[in-house]
Amino acid sequence: MKPQTHRRPGESRWKGYLYLIPAFAVYLFFTLIPILETVRSSFYDWGALGKSNTWVGLENYLSLLNDSTFLKAFSNNLVFIIFYSFIPILLGLFLASLLGRFPIPGFTFFRTVLFLPQVISMVVVGVIWRWMFHPTTGPVNLFLGAIGLERLQQAWLGSFKWALPAVGSVGSWVQYGFCMVLFLAGMQRISEEYYEASSLDGANGLQQFFFITIPELKSEIGVALITTIIAALRVFDLVYATTRGGPGESTLVTGFLIYRTAILNNEIGYGAAVATVLTIVILSLSLLIRRLMTESTDEEA
Amino acid sequence: MTLQSRNLIPRYLVVLLFMLIVLIPIWGALMSAFKSNTEIASSPFSLPQTWTLDNFREAWTVGKFSIFFKNSVIVTTIVVIASVFLSTLSGYAFGQLPLPGKAILFPLMLVGYMVPFEAVVIPLYNWMGLLGLRNTYWALILPQIGLSVSFGTLWMSTFFENAPRELVDAATIDGCNRWQTLWQILWPLARPATTTLIVLIFMWTWNEFLLALVMVQTEAMRTLPVGLAFFQGKYTSNLSLMAAGAIIVALPTVLIYIIFQRFFIRGMLGGAIKG
Repeated sequence: MKPQTHRRPGESRWKGYLYLIPAFAVYLFFTLIPILETVRSSFYDWGALGKSNTWVGLENYLSLLNDSTFLKAFSNNLVFIIFYSFIPILLGLFLASLLGRFPIPGFTFFRTVLFLPQVISMVVVGVIWRWMFHPTTGPVNLFLGAIGLERLQQAWLGSFKWALPAVGSVGSWVQYGFCMVLFLAGMQRISEEYYEASSLDGANGLQQFFFITIPELKSEIGVALITTIIAALRVFDLVYATTRGGPGESTLVTGFLIYRTAILNNEIGYGAAVATVLTIVILSLSLLIRRLMTESTDEEA
Repeated sequence: MTLQSRNLIPRYLVVLLFMLIVLIPIWGALMSAFKSNTEIASSPFSLPQTWTLDNFREAWTVGKFSIFFKNSVIVTTIVVIASVFLSTLSGYAFGQLPLPGKAILFPLMLVGYMVPFEAVVIPLYNWMGLLGLRNTYWALILPQIGLSVSFGTLWMSTFFENAPRELVDAATIDGCNRWQTLWQILWPLARPATTTLIVLIFMWTWNEFLLALVMVQTEAMRTLPVGLAFFQGKYTSNLSLMAAGAIIVALPTVLIYIIFQRFFIRGMLGGAIKG
């Protein structure tokens, strides 16, 4: 414990609670208890509000395993990880290795623009990209037509084959600037001497990238992984504003399935089971990546 | 001169390309908001031949964006003020005060920062229904404060842990009690941390969608993102009107972002590291 937190003479050792309790009470009632209640509800066959509320143990979870809709939604989330996480991180590393080790004139402006999709409501992003992907008047198809690639024109968001990658690439569009800024900030920290020494030893750019840049950016890469993977797993707004899960189930995601099952169809127990699975996956992934990050930092120390 | 610095121009071209990919769709939406629908179809990205505010006027009145805007302002203002105040107190408790059980309480606060709204929305939807609070500001404000103080507490406690010890000691010697030390000595120093927290909570609350979608069934209580989503369903072919609506939703966060971007980016990168 830090010395600052030491008690003052005559002060109650519970003094901190006086300051903590207001925030904690709101947090308890509107976050912690609802989480527990979600888990509890997932053990019930719970239909419309208050009706047929019977304990069924793990039955909801067992049904999930054979529920093709749930499996489809979850696998779509996994595909979104490629678009929300892997592609932006690779693009970010590419750009960072291209620019990072030198002061970049105009970096502030560059950073401002790249971060912009992060601050805009995802519903707005969805509205914009629905227009971009519009089959007849959308700029994406107009552009393909203008460069003579008419055969690639699609009804992007209406296509069973293309809707998922189309919505996914909107996710890449949102996330890549964040990864680039994160990695560029990290690059400023790496000592120039590493690169100079390795150049003298005859290392080429590619070797420097793999043996200096990537290991040195480990904690930034970890942060990017956590943030973007969580974003891919909890995606809801964007899907709602672009495809609402369609066509069919081709862009259905877990978040949307929870909304549809529990809120629209009033199957509270089953929806709660889906929500519990999603929460557990998100929590354990964040803990796992944090663990991996701290372990690898400890080894270096 | 190294190889890299000689190749500045091609590297700038790559940067420019990535910036353009971000900007083109946003630019298109911005321009569309000032054009007629026929003009959007013929030249989506050009400057409008004649600038018109009709789309904004129509979205504001016919599209009821004036109502959604008012709702968003009310909800966001209350959430930001309450969350920042509560987080300052709780962050102070974690960073400066004796707090038995801290080792358990701290990770407990962290949970709220990591879980998605999906984890809490089902019971909150039911309870707000039982309490008759659906379609009220309370249903939007209270859960949002609950999640915001999770991050806020962690964020402010980092500031208070690192606050200069001599100042706190000096204040004690001068006879300041804990409350006075917080508001007279530490609060003025906390301005950068507080600003970051304000802009982040502002952005999260303003853009929040799932909670507002679930809790509100009446048009008169919709916030801007929900209003826009329903608007989109209704005026699906009216691109210029939708673009104007989208700009109304996005403009406040973009403006705040441009003004406070230093705080914003620090918070998003720092917040990510904490999460």
